[in-house]
Amino acid sequence: MTAAFAIAAAILLPLAGAASIVLTGRSPNLRESVTLLTAVALAVIVGTLLPEVMDGGRPALNVATLLPGVSIAFTVEPLGMLFAMLASVLWIVNSIYSFGYMRANAEKHQTRFYVCFAIAIAATMGIAFAGNLLTLFLFYEMLTLSTYPLVSHKGDTTTVASARVYLGILLATSIGLLLPAMVWTYTATGTLQFEPGGIIEGHLQGPAVGLLLALFVFGIGKAAVMPVHRWLPAAMVAPTPVSALLHAVAVVKAGVFTVTKVILYVFGIDLLTAEPSSGWLLYMAGFTILAASIVALRQQNLKRMLAYSTIGQLSYVVLAAAVLTPLSEIGAAVHIVAHAFGKITLFFAAGAIYTASKKTELSQLAGIGARMPWTMAAFTIGALSMIGVPPTGGFVSKWFILAGAFQTDNYVALFTIILSTALNAAYFLPVVFAAWFGREAPGQKPHGEAPFPVVLALSLTALATLGFFFFNQPVLDLERQLVESLP
Amino acid sequence: MNLEGQLPALQIVVPLVIAPLVVLLRDAGLAWAAACVTSVMCLAVAVLQASGVLGGEVASYQMGGWPAPFGIELRVDAFSALILLVITGASTLSLLGGRASLAADIADSRQPLFYAAWLIALAGLSGIAVTGDAFNVFVFMEISSLATYILIAAGPDRRALTAVFKYLIMGTIGATFYLIGVGLVYMMTGTLNFADMEARIAEVSDQRPILVAAGFITIGLALKAAVFPLHVWLPNAYTHAPNIVTAFVAACSTKVALYVLLRFDFFVFQGNLEDHLIQFAGFMIPLALLGIVVGSAVAVVETDLKRMLAYSSVAQIGYILLGASFASVTGLMASITHMFNHALAKGALFLAVAAIGMRLSHLTLDGISGIARVMPWTMAGLAVAGASLVGIPGTAGFVSKWLLLQAAMEHGAIGFAAAAVVVLSSLAAVVYIWRIIERAWFGTPEAAESVVGVQEAPWPLLAVLWIAAAANIYFGLVPAVPLDLAASSADELLRHLP
Amino acid sequence: MELLGLFNYWVFAVLLMVGFYAVIAKPNMIKKLLGLSIFQAAVFLLYITMDKVEGGTAPIIQAGVVDQIFSNPLPQVLILTAIVVGISTTALGLAIVVRIFEAYGTIEEDETQSLDLEE
Repeated sequence: MTAAFAIAAAILLPLAGAASIVLTGRSPNLRESVTLLTAVALAVIVGTLLPEVMDGGRPALNVATLLPGVSIAFTVEPLGMLFAMLASVLWIVNSIYSFGYMRANAEKHQTRFYVCFAIAIAATMGIAFAGNLLTLFLFYEMLTLSTYPLVSHKGDTTTVASARVYLGILLATSIGLLLPAMVWTYTATGTLQFEPGGIIEGHLQGPAVGLLLALFVFGIGKAAVMPVHRWLPAAMVAPTPVSALLHAVAVVKAGVFTVTKVILYVFGIDLLTAEPSSGWLLYMAGFTILAASIVALRQQNLKRMLAYSTIGQLSYVVLAAAVLTPLSEIGAAVHIVAHAFGKITLFFAAGAIYTASKKTELSQLAGIGARMPWTMAAFTIGALSMIGVPPTGGFVSKWFILAGAFQTDNYVALFTIILSTALNAAYFLPVVFAAWFGREAPGQKPHGEAPFPVVLALSLTALATLGFFFFNQPVLDLERQLVESLP
Repeated sequence: MNLEGQLPALQIVVPLVIAPLVVLLRDAGLAWAAACVTSVMCLAVAVLQASGVLGGEVASYQMGGWPAPFGIELRVDAFSALILLVITGASTLSLLGGRASLAADIADSRQPLFYAAWLIALAGLSGIAVTGDAFNVFVFMEISSLATYILIAAGPDRRALTAVFKYLIMGTIGATFYLIGVGLVYMMTGTLNFADMEARIAEVSDQRPILVAAGFITIGLALKAAVFPLHVWLPNAYTHAPNIVTAFVAACSTKVALYVLLRFDFFVFQGNLEDHLIQFAGFMIPLALLGIVVGSAVAVVETDLKRMLAYSSVAQIGYILLGASFASVTGLMASITHMFNHALAKGALFLAVAAIGMRLSHLTLDGISGIARVMPWTMAGLAVAGASLVGIPGTAGFVSKWLLLQAAMEHGAIGFAAAAVVVLSSLAAVVYIWRIIERAWFGTPEAAESVVGVQEAPWPLLAVLWIAAAANIYFGLVPAVPLDLAASSADELLRHLP
Repeated sequence: MELLGLFNYWVFAVLLMVGFYAVIAKPNMIKKLLGLSIFQAAVFLLYITMDKVEGGTAPIIQAGVVDQIFSNPLPQVLILTAIVVGISTTALGLAIVVRIFEAYGTIEEDETQSLDLEE
């Protein structure tokens, strides 16, 4: 299998899977098998690209040229490789989880759910492998549109209203800010290609650089940098597997992936270090982290708390990218993975709790550890990863980001990370303690663990979170290539 | 006597000759079939001509053998070919899918007359595109306009009659202004042939009649093209016409007027009147921006589907004019490509509305509540066309929107403001398209009784809608043909700039 | 004097504005069409008067006559076409007015507008 074929297959296979799901919609077991098979096949195909990229190769595929310099083309580089592997592996786990969750809750329109999921994964692959801004934009919009039916799944009035906020903010930022930024880049440089070291150097100077960066960062609404973060809490009306997809597998990851990619391959570290007008990004990211953590403290609903936690964690990636040192860039890439594992575990746990006991508020979780030990163990691991405590994956990425900030004596970044770690502990640990050591409120209906597929999935991701602490060398090796050219 | 040389003339002659024959037919079905066959033949001729000019050649035909500039010359270059594709394509698709919809609106005994008028309109519009003589443009413009008035007034809605009356008055004033302009130019140069005019006008370019002529011609064509603020005839005419007629007219009639405007302006005036470029841009850019703003703003608050899309058309015409007024290669390419892409998107949207109109009586936002459950294919086609109108990447509308933004950003400070307006109106387009989609899919149950028992649209209309929707996606991913034609046209139009 | 020599253009301008005024200001549809006809007639006059050559005669070649000055035939031909177009437009306009009368019961534009708004 040639690399070009693998790239094309990575995008076409989930689409073919979507078509097959439509055809097998009548028989649920067959349909779920199709989903699972497609997910496994996708992970395998993406895996075949890994050796070449690890060796330093950059497989590419050119599909069509719309205008001179504006084409649909794919290039696999370390960051995209990481994202694609993450998304494809987590799709398998998410599918297992979905089978259990959707059936246990007797959700309607399950076929539509799995079809849109597959299309969203195809879009994610497209984003991961995009070789230029246009291709990325194409699949970015495809991701927004294909996740809309997932967010508005329930179909009642409040859900549709919240889904409208989701779609509205994402489309408004992408068409209103990201598209002009792309056209401006093209007009200034004559190309949209992602190049190591950036394409803007020499074409734009001074405040224009800062302004263009702002258009990009706020235009990439999926990265949820404040103030374009409102869509994330609004999207909590979705079923939990969708929330897991949004927060861990695809949507927000696509957002911060794109921001990192723009910083590395459109602007270039050297240009941003030299231009003072782009310094605002560090402060904006820091503000988002702290503000989101403070808002999370005040939440009573579990999923909303996790949503605000995600907003903060995403800005860790943006902050790390904005520190502009080699170690922090690696930290940004690694955090995409660590946060994915941790957050998906947390969402799976939240969904498991809802499936088993219909509980959604933090106050209701006292003593639930006794009834759902597996779930709460996974939740604890996920929470520890968010805080950044060893031996969880979150510690690894935080280490790299802190090391990177130390390299340039970036006290703002250091202070933000330390303070936010404390805040994360402040809103996660009480939940954990109450679950294990609290006393259950009297008069509760007895319930047990969630269904098996659900528990299986969340155990796998919890293990991955732990495992990432120990087995992270391949990821580090891959990402070191990102910063090879930097001092 | 080879066929290829006769193509420009055939483009006009075929529909013009068959039209009176259609009147003689008694049977409505036969009349429709004859009209379809004619339209397909015209489309074939247009495709042949387009392939002929892709290489950059220009086809020339002298009517009656009289040499230009004494005789009437038909000149087909890349720009003409593109417009011909739009006209004949819109006509063919609308006719092929529109039998049932039109039969519902028009009495059987009147249908042969209706189809004859359609063919005359087709002949007139094609004639405007192929001719190289300024007065000939006037004649064909009036032929097509008169036929269009008949088409619009053919439906059962009496408001169509008042709309057509207003359109007639305004359209005739516009054509007459154009005639005055042409007369003044003739007076000063002694010729009516575009190519010849171009050469001769340099000698008299500093004299006032030429400036006055430019003004009259621009205003007259702006009336026909529904440029803000002369667009007031358009919403009523589009809304109350039979649905299929709206699909045809919305796709091409204003584009053809803009075609003439661009041709006259760039070929004849731009290179010869000093400062005309600045006058043109200074006059057109504000009007274009206002058209975009007003059109988008009203579309957002409208609840009647056809009226909403009509105001959207006013905004889109603003886009076309904006691109042209930048007078750069990118700008003109954006403008010309958008003529093609907008015809695709708006044509498909109105075909979808026609499909819904076959099953529902109220084409309003409330009336279509929940219709996507019973007419999923129609609504899917509408969604694709709507995405193209908004400019989602992967659709045709994205290509022209990209070019337009690029042209704006190359233009400096004014350009950035214009780019902001374009972006805001795209967001407005998202809003009004989204309202239709959301209402159709998530419509509330109390309006759902109107959709009980409603079936999917008849398959010919559905097939044609999907061909148009698929074309939107195809030309969004493989825009080579329209872009080539647009690039050749832009080069040709700008050839004359100093 | 220049002004008097250009009097045909003055006539054209006056007729144009008279016609245009009637179209805009009169609510009765027949009067609008009348205004439109006057408007178009002004343009016809512009074309025809522009082609009159001083001392020229009708542009018909007579056998055996040489050195004849002719008026320019081309605008006359153009205007014949334009007159035909104008007649068709007026005929169509009047037909529409008849239909409007049948449908609305009035041919005053303000009344039809208010009837339309009621719907």
